Amino acid sequence: MSNPERLSFISGIGRSASGRRLGRTSMDLTLDAALEAIADAGLTRDDIDGIATYPGGDAIMSRGFGGPSAAAVQDALRLDINFLYGSGEGSAQLGSIIEASMAIAAGLAKHVLVFRTVTESTMQGMAGRNPAGGMARAGGFLSQFGAVSATNWFAQVAQLHMHKYGTTKEQLGQISLTCRTNAGVNPRAVYRDPITMDDYLNARMISTPLCLLDCDVPVDGSTAMIVSHVDYAKDAPKPSAFINAVGTAQYGRPSWDQYADMTSMMAQGVAKQMWSRTDLKPSDVDVAELYDGFSIITLAWIEALGFCAQGEGGAFIEGGQRIARTGELPINTHGGQLSEGRLHGYGHVYEAVAQLRGEAGERQIPNAEVIVAANGGGPIAGAMLLTKGYSS
Amino acid sequence: MAIDLDILKVRIAPQDDPETNFFWASGEDGKLRFKHCQDCGYYSHPPTPRCSKCLSANVQPDPVSGRATVLTYTVNVQQWVPGQEPYIIAIVTMEEQDDLRLTTLLAGVALDDPNIIGMKVEVRFLARDDVWYPTFVPEGSPA
Repeated sequence: MSNPERLSFISGIGRSASGRRLGRTSMDLTLDAALEAIADAGLTRDDIDGIATYPGGDAIMSRGFGGPSAAAVQDALRLDINFLYGSGEGSAQLGSIIEASMAIAAGLAKHVLVFRTVTESTMQGMAGRNPAGGMARAGGFLSQFGAVSATNWFAQVAQLHMHKYGTTKEQLGQISLTCRTNAGVNPRAVYRDPITMDDYLNARMISTPLCLLDCDVPVDGSTAMIVSHVDYAKDAPKPSAFINAVGTAQYGRPSWDQYADMTSMMAQGVAKQMWSRTDLKPSDVDVAELYDGFSIITLAWIEALGFCAQGEGGAFIEGGQRIARTGELPINTHGGQLSEGRLHGYGHVYEAVAQLRGEAGERQIPNAEVIVAANGGGPIAGAMLLTKGYSS
Repeated sequence: MAIDLDILKVRIAPQDDPETNFFWASGEDGKLRFKHCQDCGYYSHPPTPRCSKCLSANVQPDPVSGRATVLTYTVNVQQWVPGQEPYIIAIVTMEEQDDLRLTTLLAGVALDDPNIIGMKVEVRFLARDDVWYPTFVPEGSPA
């Protein structure tokens, strides 16, 4: 029996305006993206019989991090649906897409609207950037020691990677430079002006060794997709993006500071599982859309996915040629979250679909047929392999 | 001269939680404690009601040496709180067990010290509002 994820494909994609401090509500942005995705799939709202989102609920950890709940969108569109899902747990942001795929494989739904909406730029503009946000008390064992930002947590991953493997700041900078170069040919990117290595090395330090240009850019925006049963592929108006394999594993302790090998992340198990579910190999991948909330996360995904050995990521991206659009492994062709903006994982999947369809305009990678999209960092991870052709 | 442990302008306090309150109160007598399995000897952190290794319910907070090694660290420079000076956050591995770790603050260490990873450190406590925050200083630092 083939993988159940191969019973579904991404039939439609849509996105709202995205940018800094748009001042629009998350529902407003979400409906723009959802309606565009539904139309792009050649469907009407009456065809939608499932909704899934990340993180769902009523905007957990809010400050613009969470969009509307799946139920709120169901109600706004007055839909009768057979499947509803919204969770911040699961296989990172794209876990919601995988859940949609699984619901279709299980026969629960035929066309699932999935979305991710952020209004972090507007909310932080109103309330400031302090991630702890004036909290007096917090659970866990991080913020009590001033480790209030994800920058602090990933900075320690980067520091250890540099110490153990000799990875350099200049090597890490190639992630940021590559993303900025790609954003230069993406009209929807927030930051499009080129940056040099000197700009990178002189950027304001946030938490050593991560500087401002190692950190993604909070934006407002919504991204939506339609996950449909493969039976619909022959009728869909746009070229299909088939789901070839997914990775959902969690091996090791799900923790920011207790994971056994702090130079790597939960990405390791996800990648291992994903490759076990396909005959495709890392060398078959034409484009890699790898989460870049921080530059070090992309490096960790490159290693976890087997594009090079653990610890050799710095040498792999040295000089940047290999990961450029003209290189053997183009990454984050849209500019990533570092330069297009933090659409939080869904931006990478949207771009993967656009590339597979040949709709990526000036940044199109010729003959892109196999693309890996990976989301999440630290103890959070999920990945999927998307293909232009169908494999049963 | 004693090392100043009062590094943060704003201290986020722990939540009141019957599973973890012992940890935050432990430093009152100068000792750091972790949940310790009385059957197999494994320390579990964050604390849980059963040993995470052998699943025994026979666990209790026990003191440890307070000695640790720095696994990794970062110098936080961004002023999340206005006026906050840069400070060192570290993950330390306790001497008792290879996978017994804490995220903590380092005090008495120069921000540009090139040898922070691998540094031998020991615990000191900062007491604030009935919470004893374990902070680490280089081993052998004056009390």
